[in-house]
Amino acid sequence: MEEKVLTKNFGVKNSHRIDVYLERGGYQAVQKALQMDPDKILEEVKAANLRGRGGAGFPAGVKLGFVPKEVEKPKYLCANADEGEPGTFKDRYIMTHDPHLLIEGMIIISYCVGIHKAYVYIRGEYEHIAQQLEKALSEAYDKNYLGQNILNSGFDLDVFIHRGAGAYICGEETGLLESLEGKRGYPRLKPPFPAAIGLFQCPTVINNVETLSNIPQVILKGAQWFVNKGLPKDGGTRIFSVSGMVEKPGVYECPVGTSLKDIIYEYAGGLKEGKKLKAVIPGGLSAPILKPDEIDVPMDFDSLMEAGSMLGSASVMVIDQEKPILDVLRVISDFYSHESCGQCTPCRIGNSWINKIIHRLYREKGKKEDLDKIIRLASNMKGKTLCPLGDAAALPILSLTQKFREELETYTES
Amino acid sequence: MSPEYSDQTKKKVEEVISHYPKKEAALLPVLHLTQREFGKISKEEEALVADFLNIKPIQVREAVTFYSMIHQKEMGKYHIQVCRNLSCTLMGAGTLIDYLKDKLNIEPGETTPDHKFSLSTVECLGACEQAPCMMVNFDYYGHLDKKKIDQILDDLE
Ligand SMILES: Cc1cc2nc3c(=O)[nH]c(=O)nc-3n(C[C@H](O)[C@H](O)[C@H](O)COP(=O)(O)O)c2cc1C
Ligand code: SF4
Ligand code: FES
Repeated sequence: MEEKVLTKNFGVKNSHRIDVYLERGGYQAVQKALQMDPDKILEEVKAANLRGRGGAGFPAGVKLGFVPKEVEKPKYLCANADEGEPGTFKDRYIMTHDPHLLIEGMIIISYCVGIHKAYVYIRGEYEHIAQQLEKALSEAYDKNYLGQNILNSGFDLDVFIHRGAGAYICGEETGLLESLEGKRGYPRLKPPFPAAIGLFQCPTVINNVETLSNIPQVILKGAQWFVNKGLPKDGGTRIFSVSGMVEKPGVYECPVGTSLKDIIYEYAGGLKEGKKLKAVIPGGLSAPILKPDEIDVPMDFDSLMEAGSMLGSASVMVIDQEKPILDVLRVISDFYSHESCGQCTPCRIGNSWINKIIHRLYREKGKKEDLDKIIRLASNMKGKTLCPLGDAAALPILSLTQKFREELETYTES
Repeated sequence: MSPEYSDQTKKKVEEVISHYPKKEAALLPVLHLTQREFGKISKEEEALVADFLNIKPIQVREAVTFYSMIHQKEMGKYHIQVCRNLSCTLMGAGTLIDYLKDKLNIEPGETTPDHKFSLSTVECLGACEQAPCMMVNFDYYGHLDKKKIDQILDDLE
């Protein structure tokens, strides 16, 4: 069943305004949290098994625990609102309909870790949303949920918005940090991880918008309640972004572990105009593709990994029988060759070479060995690059060329 | 002549610099503000930004060439950016891009001679549920077809 927890304010009139948010129970979690011992908050978030909604699925509580407690340096929080993974639009919905939910989550995490300065890194295209978020921030300042001595607790927090400028790689957490520091968004070598050495060389928490927006309910209703909403090791609900050839594309909030089949056929109304299913990308463009006989799979991190794909940003893209798989392959390859930042040779050269082969297949009959060459180049990127973009490009390309080999061979000499 | 900020932009630039512990971190927001005022970041604006942030012009140039939303040359009055990523392609973006090329008589990356329109194809705009979609300046338009595109362009002065 569709669960309205995170999205309970979506569609309510003026849900982005603080008055409406307060009327509907908003900022109660902050009031509760500010009376709690920060360690107790950390424990609660850990016990909730809230896994990162940005793509990698790292447990949010564990990450918070990595931030050193007693340090001279300031610490920072960055909300990742870059939303660059193709197929993903849920953070846009959260920030449009419920900006205060994100702000509330940011306040609680900051209090928990002892952070006094936080940034929202929002993709440049979301200019109107950034403006609305700016208004929400000033409403929160006016009511003293932000600023000095928040609700007389002695805790201070400032939140600023930082707009990106059209580079997918700035969604990668260390690319994001570089970009926030005023540089090109070239990912950094890890370790050190941002929790130890992040923004301006200081300990930094980076979380996706949806991850942070889950924090208020974890605090208000407790870790156990949250776990019960989802799975024991992967708690809560998720906002699935569903697009492509379905009757009702849009966002659907469902428990973690809901079947992919149900998401497509029950929630999104099945395929458009009675078309037949050819393939599904279940977790954003970097997720390996699934064939129709593989979609009876629970949508949680571990199950999708077992199925040979990934949950990523929970963005489901539905492809119908009539669409040539070569088009899908080309879009994926165009994207990664365009967005590779160029720091690592296998990613830079591999992606552009693959891209050339694919584009040639549109102009002339390909050579017999073209597909194997694509597979070899993609395999050479896997695990050999500085940031995960290398894998993010390699995995979907490998899955497509392997699972749809027969169709792709029609473009090459036999 | 080297450009100068209006008083209003200058105030905003100074405010935004105060958000960061290091001046140079304000580079992206300052580039956005500068581009809003001058329409582009060419050599002259680069120097202006560098001056305000106490960094070298080359550092500004590095960012300008890295970020696709920052332009060295002025765009047309209306910058049309059509999404070419998967969901939009599945829903027919390819045909619409061809249609716009014909209609405006330019290729992606070009501007019409009267400087009214620039055309770009871009990666996912984060609005895939409205595929196929595009942006004109910062406004989103979704569920596009040829008729809707005609209407949208007709309504632009
Ligand atoms: C190439 C690349 C792009 C990414 N883009 C985004 C993004 O747009 N938004 C996001 O939240 N995370 C993105 N991530 C994941 C972040 O690196 C990071 O894992 C995430 O922000 C952590 O937050 P979470 O634990 O709450 O998910 C991206 C990762 C990679 C490798
Ligand atoms: S893997 Fe690709 S995107 Fe990531 S740092 Fe290397 S070149 Fe850049
Ligand atoms: S694929 Fe076009 S907006 Fe996402």
